[in-house]
Amino acid sequence: MLELFITFFKIGALTFGGGYAMIPLMEKEIVAQGWLTQAQFLDIVAIAEMTPGPIAINSATFIGYQHGGILGAAAATFGVVAPSIIIMVIFSHLLARLKASKYSIALKGVGVGVAAMIAAAVFGLIKPAITNFADLAIAVAALTLAITTKLSPIVIILGAGLAGVVLYGLVL
Amino acid sequence: MQVLWQIFTSFFKIGAFTIGGGYAMLPVMQRDLVDRLGWLDEQEFLETIAVTQSAPGAIAVNTAILIGKRMAGLPGVAAGALGVVLPSFIIILGIAIFFQNFLGWQPAIHFFAGVRPAVVALIAHVAWKMGRKLITGRFYLALFFAALAIIILVPGLHPVWIILSSGMATVLWTASHRQAAEEGE
Repeated sequence: MLELFITFFKIGALTFGGGYAMIPLMEKEIVAQGWLTQAQFLDIVAIAEMTPGPIAINSATFIGYQHGGILGAAAATFGVVAPSIIIMVIFSHLLARLKASKYSIALKGVGVGVAAMIAAAVFGLIKPAITNFADLAIAVAALTLAITTKLSPIVIILGAGLAGVVLYGLVL
Repeated sequence: MQVLWQIFTSFFKIGAFTIGGGYAMLPVMQRDLVDRLGWLDEQEFLETIAVTQSAPGAIAVNTAILIGKRMAGLPGVAAGALGVVLPSFIIILGIAIFFQNFLGWQPAIHFFAGVRPAVVALIAHVAWKMGRKLITGRFYLALFFAALAIIILVPGLHPVWIILSSGMATVLWTASHRQAAEEGE
């Protein structure tokens, strides 16, 4: 139990960049512990990707459960979140100080930099996510709905999932 | 007490509808925190993403903690973290206990295959909305394209470098501009 907590604490504390960036370190730690084989690990990542929620949390819960039941799942999940709590509380003070300082204009540039990162991520995601005509139709429909209506992204996401079930399951 | 409940329910929703990890959370987060609750404006939203991305850990979890802290101190941190984690915890436990063959279940695969292109479209929409609000002059437009070019040309570059250098460039540009204006007077 403690081992689960410590391993996932390490993963939470040492992986920068969220989600996919965390996978290599996670793989190293978990396969090294002998908790899973490489193939099992890849299966869990695939499940974590397809289910809602951050990939790190999903993997921690799954692996924790397999090795220590529900308590193990809780220990691993708490382990991966705990470093974030400590670090984010410190960062929130630093952010407040920067905001109050004469350098606060830096934050506007930072916002523009992040907008560029998101735009670049979109370019990178287009190829793997849109591989056939059905994907393209769903993407265009989602974009059109987002621009022209006030529909919540949640509704659009659920609708796209159902469209996927129909298009890939029944038609294609 | 009400704000704690709002933090919890908002991040529960964000946790429940972030499918695909990473930036997939942005559309739901933007709708809830910026449009619906008005807790952040576009600028603050992107600042928050910058901070949460520069720190270790899952971005959605970091964001829940940062916003929770800002809105309600340490109890807010607990409410945010619990809210964002709980949907994953429940769903994954359900799969682990009852449904080990999840990856062999076709409808789940198809559902996810349909969600993926929509999420990309929604992220693009969010980026467009944010960018339009934030890029208020030639300098910021140039900064945006410079950052975009660097990210595309240097694969694997850590986000923190983009964040630090855009911030620094803006400070320098503003300072030199102010100086030029003062000398001109």
